[in-house]
Amino acid sequence: MDGMEEIRATFFEECAELLGAAADQLAQIAEGTATEDTLHAIFRSVHSIKGGAGAFGFTRLVEFSHVFETLLDCLRNGKIEATDDIATLLLRANDALGDLIAAEQTETALPDNFGADIVAAMTRAAGGAAPAPRKGDTPAAPTGGAGPRTLAIGFCPHAQVFRNGNEPILILGQLARLGEAKIIADTSRLPDLAAMNPEESYFAWTITLATTEPDDAIREVFEFVLDDCALSIAPADARPAATVPVTTEEKHAAKTAEKPAAAPSPQTRSIRVDIEKVDRLVNLVGELVITQAVLLEQSAGLSVDQYPDLLRGIEGLSQHARELQESVMAIRAQPVKSVFSRIPRLVRDLAGELGKDVRIIMTGENTEIDKTVIEQLGDPLTHMIRNAIDHGIEAPADRVAAGKPAQGTIHLSAEHRSGRIVIEITDDGKGINRDQVRRKAESKGLISPNSNLSDDEVTNLIFLPGFSTAETISNVSGRGVGMDVVKRNVQAMGGRITLESRFGSGSRFTLSLPLTLAILDGMVVAIGSQTYIIPLSNIVENLRPRDGDIRPLVGYGDVLAIRGDYIPLVYLHEIFGVPDAVTDPCQGIVVIVEGDGGKRIALMVDELIGQQQVVVKSIEDNYGAVEGIGGATILGNGRVALILDVSRLHCVRPPDIARVAPDARNAPCLH
Amino acid sequence: MTRRVLTVDDSKTMRNMVCFTLRNAGYAVEEAEDGAVAMRALQSNAYDLVITDLNMPTMDGLALVRAMRASPRNRATPVLILTTEADAEKKAAGRAAGATGWLVKPFNPQRLIEITAKVCA
Repeated sequence: MDGMEEIRATFFEECAELLGAAADQLAQIAEGTATEDTLHAIFRSVHSIKGGAGAFGFTRLVEFSHVFETLLDCLRNGKIEATDDIATLLLRANDALGDLIAAEQTETALPDNFGADIVAAMTRAAGGAAPAPRKGDTPAAPTGGAGPRTLAIGFCPHAQVFRNGNEPILILGQLARLGEAKIIADTSRLPDLAAMNPEESYFAWTITLATTEPDDAIREVFEFVLDDCALSIAPADARPAATVPVTTEEKHAAKTAEKPAAAPSPQTRSIRVDIEKVDRLVNLVGELVITQAVLLEQSAGLSVDQYPDLLRGIEGLSQHARELQESVMAIRAQPVKSVFSRIPRLVRDLAGELGKDVRIIMTGENTEIDKTVIEQLGDPLTHMIRNAIDHGIEAPADRVAAGKPAQGTIHLSAEHRSGRIVIEITDDGKGINRDQVRRKAESKGLISPNSNLSDDEVTNLIFLPGFSTAETISNVSGRGVGMDVVKRNVQAMGGRITLESRFGSGSRFTLSLPLTLAILDGMVVAIGSQTYIIPLSNIVENLRPRDGDIRPLVGYGDVLAIRGDYIPLVYLHEIFGVPDAVTDPCQGIVVIVEGDGGKRIALMVDELIGQQQVVVKSIEDNYGAVEGIGGATILGNGRVALILDVSRLHCVRPPDIARVAPDARNAPCLH
Repeated sequence: MTRRVLTVDDSKTMRNMVCFTLRNAGYAVEEAEDGAVAMRALQSNAYDLVITDLNMPTMDGLALVRAMRASPRNRATPVLILTTEADAEKKAAGRAAGATGWLVKPFNPQRLIEITAKVCA
């Protein structure tokens, strides 16, 4: 059944969301920043999961979430305190709940005793045995009265029966379906028209029902009006005496204290859309932007006098295409919160495991970034945090001995900076021992002895493949993954990573990521017959140097002298081997660009063609990684242009790096 | 005439279930994700039946029922409470608020159709 399959899929999607939200909220409890609303929200999440699980018959999931819910209920009613142990237990329970859901989703069997310890712990914490999940309203076994027989039923609704929206006629209709019914209305209580209140009931009925249904089924028809009527059910041969109201236990309505509605929480109205649909939209918009660029280019030679409407139309199209593109990108943008929210938990668990005391401070969680980037951010970020706790932050005693507070601090921040998102992880740990790094790199043959490296260059050697400073492999960060893998992951998503460190006082990892992988603002430049794109976000200024501005610097190549500063000059035609290019800087144009870390280089090109938005097509996917090239695009004239990766160009360039590292391609990006 | 049902639940899964079941049974079903959204829908549309969850953010099921009973437009509209709370106290609280009836989870499509027929012709 297609419909059911779809609902099932929705259920799992919803579970993933609820689990994520619950994890966030549980983290708040662990931090002690939870409010009463937080508990209500978690309760609702677990409750919703239980409800859905019941509907699909996921018994284990129902049982587990029931115990979990019971514990949460105790917490929100203030029956038990949210201690540290409870917070940890809740986090574990949430994880186990996730595993149970995943098992149902993938239809894999979990061990029989899965989660048994957590269930036991939760049951204990909730103060004794949690009640078994209720059976719901599966009809009880028929209790007598079955078999063909005739019943005499007296049904006299109270005047107020309509108050709750019940309709006696419908009830009689239901009853008639259970057998052969003869219904006689008693209209004796009907008042004069003038005295009649249209919102009250004045009728009573006597029903003779020939049925084979059990008594319970008969009574169930009246279940919603039991409090609002006089009802008698008896075998037809026995003359119904005075109508005996069926007793119910539901008389204590008034004393049930109802909680006031939870304070309104800010809600975003949203719809759920398959990510593939959004991706398709992004691609289409990309193509549209290209088409629009083609039109713009083709219309460039047309006279405004001759084609005023056409040109106005094209102008409008450009504007709308741009707005459309921004809106579409905004759909994919998500706050980095979804990745950051996992971190406090990680810090807490890890610090506990290692006997360290670590505080995490997070800022800029609401910074938005493309979903595809977010998805790939989790692993490298997790690894860097692990690294910071394991290798960075010292044990409390060592910290005190070093004159630092016993509690270490890791600061995780995200912010937008010149068209990219920059994530920084700063710790106040022991920092990197450069001498040790240097010795290690030398002993592993990663650098030649006596190579002349700056402090930052030494620090960044840790990103080289095959480098690991840990004397013993620890369980935490030594999982066979080094910083080189982190770096590779980050680069794969168009990002860069750098490290600054001061021995004794801490380290700072800086991750710079593109906001989106799909579109970029570029400057189109010509080098000989070739066209290249320089990302606009990297460009500082363009100029045509005068004689004397270009000076050779021994061991470093040419530099551009500008306002008392010397900037390395890169002849792009040499790097890319373009034969027919301008070779004299004073005949061409120099574009000063700034890579990561603020280092500037001057790129020598023939001329600037213009500014344009380009849709980035991966060259890595279709060809292979090329140093200094970030991707390719299709221009308005239909030709392919390569997009320069400014920061890597600058890494390719300085000759001394190529000298120290046996494989220049894997050399760290040194600034 | 097709009967119009409003299902109110913060869980999309449950809303989908109710929609799927009742649409197959020939009802027109609309959705709301909490009591407040439902109240807005109720102010501009007429429904033959409202099926609501109890535990929802912003405005819970009981508050929705009370708000409906206080509004002349929806005073007589039947409301079914779809809940995991099977205990008598909850039922009584629902009745006191003005609920027409209740349906206890786990969700059983056949039972939903039966009960819907009982309160909504």
